[in-house]
Amino acid sequence: MIMGVFRFSRKQLCIPYALFLVCFVVLPLAVIVYYAFTDGTGSFTLANLLSFFTNGNTIGTLCYSIVVALVVTAVCLVIAYPTAYVLARSGLKRGPVLLMLFILPMWINFTLRITALKEVLTLIEGNLSLHPFLNTVIAMTYDFLPFMILPLYTTLLQLDVSLLEAAQDLGAGPAAVFFRVTLPLSMPGIVSGVTMTFLPAMTNYVILDMIYNSTYIMGSLIGSYFNIYDWNNGSMISLILFAGICVVSVFTGKVDQSDLDNRGAIL
Amino acid sequence: MKKIISYSWLTVVALFMYIPVLILAFYSFTSSTTIGAVRGFSMQNYITLFTMEELRNMIIGTLLLAVGAAVIASILGTMGAIGAFYSRPIPRRIVDTANQIPVVNADVVTAFSICILLIVVLGIEKNTFIPLVIGHVVLCTPFVYLAVLPKLKQMDNGLYEAALDLGATPFQALYKVVIPQIIPGILSGFMLSITLSLDDYFISTYTKPATFDTISTYVYNATKGAQTEIKTALWALSTVIFLVVILAVVIMNLAAAGPSGKQEVSAYDSRGKD
Repeated sequence: MIMGVFRFSRKQLCIPYALFLVCFVVLPLAVIVYYAFTDGTGSFTLANLLSFFTNGNTIGTLCYSIVVALVVTAVCLVIAYPTAYVLARSGLKRGPVLLMLFILPMWINFTLRITALKEVLTLIEGNLSLHPFLNTVIAMTYDFLPFMILPLYTTLLQLDVSLLEAAQDLGAGPAAVFFRVTLPLSMPGIVSGVTMTFLPAMTNYVILDMIYNSTYIMGSLIGSYFNIYDWNNGSMISLILFAGICVVSVFTGKVDQSDLDNRGAIL
Repeated sequence: MKKIISYSWLTVVALFMYIPVLILAFYSFTSSTTIGAVRGFSMQNYITLFTMEELRNMIIGTLLLAVGAAVIASILGTMGAIGAFYSRPIPRRIVDTANQIPVVNADVVTAFSICILLIVVLGIEKNTFIPLVIGHVVLCTPFVYLAVLPKLKQMDNGLYEAALDLGATPFQALYKVVIPQIIPGILSGFMLSITLSLDDYFISTYTKPATFDTISTYVYNATKGAQTEIKTALWALSTVIFLVVILAVVIMNLAAAGPSGKQEVSAYDSRGKD
């Protein structure tokens, strides 16, 4: 602990990054808070908060975004779970190579992939704005699927086979083994897959806009206030989104943690 | 029987994921302007892609930005991770938490807040590229940090002490002992940064100079009524990127059959997990 003022220590390496985080992560959020609770002249006001909750358009958009995100997440999960399960657990010789096949699309720029999907959907359906909800769900599922498959695969791969065998030996049928052992043990993968899908589905307005020129989604509200230089209302919406994200991540963090604890108890 | 069901399921999912890209690739080699109408073979889209200055500048700009942001993020994130790892629990906690903010936050919120601070409050010109680069570094660095930390955990702490005992200065011990041990984490953080930056739309659109485009912002704007020539040239771009990605994956698999693939997986996983 006797360290000269100018002696190099490993801890000091953190200083640049800590400063960077303060300047470009914490400070921007503080500025957002300031703008969210002031008006154009800089005096304190709750009008932005009130207008968020009284404006039918914003509330409608929020509800619609949540519904879209829930459906997209559910569809992704339903498609990704069996895929990840087969890849990780059915003893395919080329499991890891096949996995690459399923996560490779995430390295292709998403706007280009959405362009491709749009062309194909247009060929099949004609006018895409005739089925807005369906096309939104297809497009987002198409974009987010790899991000759901990967965490599920990692979790399922690490799953301890002896636990499954033990359950079988103790008389559990295949369904019981799956629902009472495999599924609970794959919770961390499900949680991280869901967080990687739900939030982008609520905020990624580019996909919707590209598919059928719609802006009816949370993220695009920020964009539209930005375009008319209304920093105050834009900040309020950003702040509300961020608050929601914090609440969700505290909750999912807990699930993750408790699951780790469970695992520790089992082992 | 079980195997047949498994394989058919995988095939269906893979078809869903690949058919659009493959169809686009097929039509990129024809002279048709909409898919569905088959015309003759043509390389015109590729010629346009590589000769039209606007497209070429956009692609080179995107790549330079990605590499630049990834280099800065790798240095900053690695230093941050080493520093935080050997700090006491409370400062470590604080850095961990702050690092987590851009990871969990929606990109559009991150982008908006950076834009407000740098451009509206501080009045930095977008033309200087400073907001754009800072934005991309904010996007990438947390993932470098998360990729390096587990490598530090795995490392034998005695190595650093041993180097010091054997007469190395702290800096030498770090440079010659610690860094080589954690280099796989740094590399996967670097690769992750490149892909994050290449895929980004939101940070770029809020912070970029008006005359500069990344692939994402360019493609997005092109869907808002661009000329057919550009539209079909972008099909070619999609195909080129697809082939490059396949090639990169194959090379990675051949170069280090197994372990490197796994690292990649764990690095990507950390995006949502932590």
